[in-house]
Amino acid sequence: MHRSLAIFLAKRFLQAVLLVVFVSSAALLLVRLAPGDHLSSFDTDPAVVAAERHRLGLDRPFAVQYVEWLGRAVRLDFGESLKYRRPVTFLVTERAGNTILLGTSALVLATLIGLPLGVITGSRRAGAFATIARALSVLVLSVPPLVTSFALLLLALTTGWLPVGGIGHTSESGNWLTIVVARARYLVLPTLALALPIAASLERLQSRAMQDALEEPCIRAVLGRGLSAERVIWRHALRMSLAPVVGVFGAVVGSVLSGSFAVEIIMSWPGLGALMYEALVDRDLFLAAGCAAAGSVFLATGVLAGDVALAVIDPRVGDTA
Amino acid sequence: MTFLNARFAGAVLLGGITATAVTSGSVATHDPASQFSDYVLAPPMRIHVIDPSGDWHAPFVYPLRLEDRLERRYSEDRTRQLRVQWFHKGRLASVDDAEWFPLGTDALGRDVFARLVRGARLSLGVAATAAAVALVIGALVGGVAGAFGGLIDDLLMRVSDLVIALPGIYVAVTLRAALPLVLTPTEIFWTIAAVFAVIGWPIAAKGVRAIVAAERQKEYAEAARAAGGGRTRLLLRHLLPATQGFLLVQATLLLPAFILAEATLSFIGLGFPDSTPSWGVMLQEAGAGRVLVEAPWLLAPGVAISASILSINLLLRTPKLPA
Repeated sequence: MHRSLAIFLAKRFLQAVLLVVFVSSAALLLVRLAPGDHLSSFDTDPAVVAAERHRLGLDRPFAVQYVEWLGRAVRLDFGESLKYRRPVTFLVTERAGNTILLGTSALVLATLIGLPLGVITGSRRAGAFATIARALSVLVLSVPPLVTSFALLLLALTTGWLPVGGIGHTSESGNWLTIVVARARYLVLPTLALALPIAASLERLQSRAMQDALEEPCIRAVLGRGLSAERVIWRHALRMSLAPVVGVFGAVVGSVLSGSFAVEIIMSWPGLGALMYEALVDRDLFLAAGCAAAGSVFLATGVLAGDVALAVIDPRVGDTA
Repeated sequence: MTFLNARFAGAVLLGGITATAVTSGSVATHDPASQFSDYVLAPPMRIHVIDPSGDWHAPFVYPLRLEDRLERRYSEDRTRQLRVQWFHKGRLASVDDAEWFPLGTDALGRDVFARLVRGARLSLGVAATAAAVALVIGALVGGVAGAFGGLIDDLLMRVSDLVIALPGIYVAVTLRAALPLVLTPTEIFWTIAAVFAVIGWPIAAKGVRAIVAAERQKEYAEAARAAGGGRTRLLLRHLLPATQGFLLVQATLLLPAFILAEATLSFIGLGFPDSTPSWGVMLQEAGAGRVLVEAPWLLAPGVAISASILSINLLLRTPKLPA
C-alpha cells in the first residue's frame, strides 16, 4: 500500500475512535445532567432508593463516575442498565444485531436499485423510461422513512401479504431454510421503508455524477474513437462517476441510521434506535451511553468503509491527504 | 418534465402550503380542538360536481348519515346536496345545515382537515424558526472563523465537522430528552426550535467560512481595510453580505430536515404535546395499528409532510440525501 494512503487511513481511523469516545461521553453527560434519574420515577422508600443509588455509584461526583465508566468502557464493559438490571453490553449487542441486519439489507437494496437507475438516467437524458425514473425518484426522495413506514404498514395490513411488526418468533421449529424464510418475511417491510428514499437519493446523486463524467474530455475522446456507448458508460464513465457517490457514503450510513430510528419504532423492530429512545426517556444512564457508543461505532465504520472504497476507486485520494 | 416546469410546480406547491399555514384560521373547516361525538372516524366528505342523474352543478357535498354507531359506519345522504359556500362567514369554504369534514375525522371525532391546516402553522413554523436561528448562528460562527482564521477558525470548524458527522435525529432526540419534558406549548415550540438550530448551524457555518475567507482576499476588502475599517465592521458590512445567496439555499436545505425532525420528535412523544395538532402528533394519533385500515385518511399529515418536502426538492433540484 502507498505510504501516504496508509497515513490517510490511519488518520481517519483515529478520527473514528475519537468520534466514538466523544459521542458516548456526551450521551452519558447529557442523560446525567437531565432532571431526574430512572430511580426517582418510582414511588418507593427514599432509603431504598438511596441504597440503590449507592450500589450503582450514582451518588458520587460525576467526574469520578465518568473516569470509572471510561476505564470500564475501554474493556467493553458499559455498566448495568438501571431498568433491565442487566449488563448494557449484553442488551446492546442483542439489539445492535437487529439494526445491522436492517441497515445492511436496506443499504444493499438501495444501492442495487439506485446506482443502476442513476447510470441509466444520467447517461440517457431523453426517453420515457429515464423521464419516469427521474420523476419517480424526486417523488420517492421526498417521502421520508417515517411516512413510507406508515404507507407500507397500511398496504400490508390491507392486503395481508406480509407480517407486520416485530422480527418474528426466534424459536421457530423446522429446518434452517423455513426459519430464514420466516425471518426474512418480517424484514421486508422495514427494509423497504428504509431503502426506498435512500435508493431515490442515490439515483439522483449517481445520475448527476454520470452526467458530469460523460462530459469529461477523456470520455469524449474514447467515444470519438468509436467505442460503443454502452461500453463507455458501463466501463469507463461508471468508474469515474462512482467517486463522488462513494465520497458521500459516510453520509448515506448516517441517513440509514437516522431513518432506521423512525422505522424501528413504527414497525416495532427491536433495534438500537428503539432501545436508545427507551433509555433516554427512562433516564437509563449507562444504557443510553452504551447505545450511543454502538451507534457511533456503526457510523464510524461506515465512514471508514467509505474512505477505503474511495481510496480503491480514486487513486488521487492518498496524495491529497 | 423540464427543469423550468418542475421548479414552477415546486414554487406553486410551497406557496400554497405556506399560504394555508398563514391563513389557517380561515381555511380550517372547524376549530381543530372541537370533538363531534356523532362523527367518530367519519370518512372524508368529498366535493362533488356531478349528481347521480349526471347533471353538472356548482361544487357540493352530501351530508353524512350515521348508520351504525358501534361499527362507525357512515353513508352519504344522496337526497340532500349542500352547496359549498366560498368566502362565507369568515371561512374559505363552508357548507350550511351540516358538518363538513373534507378529510374525515379522527378517533376523537375531530376534524382532520382543520387539524392538518392548523398543524401546518405549527410544524412549518417551528421548522422555519429553527432554520432562521441556525442560519444566524451559522453566519456568525462561519464569519468569525473565516475573517479571523487561526486557532479560532480551527476550533470552530472541528466542532462543525463533528456535529455534521452525527445523524441529526439522534442528536435531536438526545438533546430534547435531556431537557425538561413537561413544558407549555410555547416553551416547547422554542425548545424544539433551539434543539434543531444546534443541529443545523454547522453546515451553514462551513459554507459561510469558505465564502468569507475567499472574499477577504479580494480588492474591495483590501480597500475597506486600507480605509481604516476595523475587523468587525469589515465582517458585518462587507464580507457577510456576500453570503446571502448561499444562506438562502441553506435555508431551503434545512427546512425539509426540520419538518421531518419535528414530525419524528412529536411522533415519539418528545415534541408537541398530545392536545396540540402538529403533523407529528397527528401521525402518532394515527398509530400503527388496525385503525389505519379502518381510517386511512388519518395518514393525511404524512402526505402533508411529504408534499412540503417535495415542494422544496422540486424548487432546488439538487440531489441530496434524506435527512
